[in-house]
Amino acid sequence: MRRRLPWILLAASLALLTAGLLLGEYRTVLEKAITVCLDCIGIG
Amino acid sequence: MAEAPLSKPQRASRKPRDHRPWYQAGFLLALNAWIPSWFKGEIFQGGIKGVCVPALNCYSCPSALGACPIGAMQTFFGGLRFNLSIAEKKFGLYVLGSMAAVGSAVGRLPCGWVCPFGFIQELVHKIPSPKLRIPHALTYLRYVFLAAMVVLLPLLVVDAFGYGQTWFCKWICPAGTLEAGLPLILIKPDLRPLVGFMYYWKVGLLVLFAAWFVFTIRPFCRTVCPLGAFWGLFNKASLFRMAVDDEKCTLCDACRKDCPVDVKIYESANSPDCIRCLKCVSSCKYGAISYEFLGKKETASDLRALRGGREEIRE
Repeated sequence: MRRRLPWILLAASLALLTAGLLLGEYRTVLEKAITVCLDCIGIG
Repeated sequence: MAEAPLSKPQRASRKPRDHRPWYQAGFLLALNAWIPSWFKGEIFQGGIKGVCVPALNCYSCPSALGACPIGAMQTFFGGLRFNLSIAEKKFGLYVLGSMAAVGSAVGRLPCGWVCPFGFIQELVHKIPSPKLRIPHALTYLRYVFLAAMVVLLPLLVVDAFGYGQTWFCKWICPAGTLEAGLPLILIKPDLRPLVGFMYYWKVGLLVLFAAWFVFTIRPFCRTVCPLGAFWGLFNKASLFRMAVDDEKCTLCDACRKDCPVDVKIYESANSPDCIRCLKCVSSCKYGAISYEFLGKKETASDLRALRGGREEIRE
């Protein structure tokens, strides 16, 4: 089990990542990332 | 029984770990490679910027090529209640999956090799001064920052429309101030009239952190960084694993003296505090510390080859 755990976690992570991509979340992250984040720079 | 230390010619040949600062500098440049943005007074807006980078690297840095996973995660948590109210299925699974995939593969290794802000802390710490340790209890604070400022506050404290703020970015993150706040105010004059209390708060916090970097090595990573806190949870269950051979370890503490995060690796080889910089592997004269990734072992393997025998490595 101890040997398998990292692989199970990795598979679950990739499944989450894929599900997020299918739900269009990449676009959401991109839209946030290409806009100047006023909060991040302290004027939000 | 502990074996004699290796004489210099027997020490393992020079490995990537012996050139780690060059890797860190390379990743700093690679993650922030769009230099033309600095001259145009804008931030990079290419289509690859939705990729979550394995580091705390502000996406409002003019030349940043990717997205900061902590900033992206707060955005999802902050927008979750609004999205649910309009039946929009955006849960942050992509960001969580990206972060967890890195964690389950290598744990906190990117903290030691990739993160530009970690590298900057190590550089500032080279300024000669008395060096101070951090009480271990303070290192648990990073979990508080992760839970409170990245998850709970963005999720629970919302405006009339149901939107939460990016609390960690807004109130704390000195990486954002250094990589985005200072440069953008310099290259975008139209932002200057907006400078107010929040800006001075963040710059003041950055100055305080910078002063702390001089006296203590990587204090932000150890006590504040929510990304390091998240990846640290995977250290004990990642594909990349550290190991200490109790038969060879003499408890000489040389590894801890060289460790940038003050970990006693001989007590817990895969401690959540360990950033896997592998300095301890080089500093151990007895070849007691090794690492394993996808079936490949290092250091003890060099020794085994030198001594021509198989030895059991205990974790």
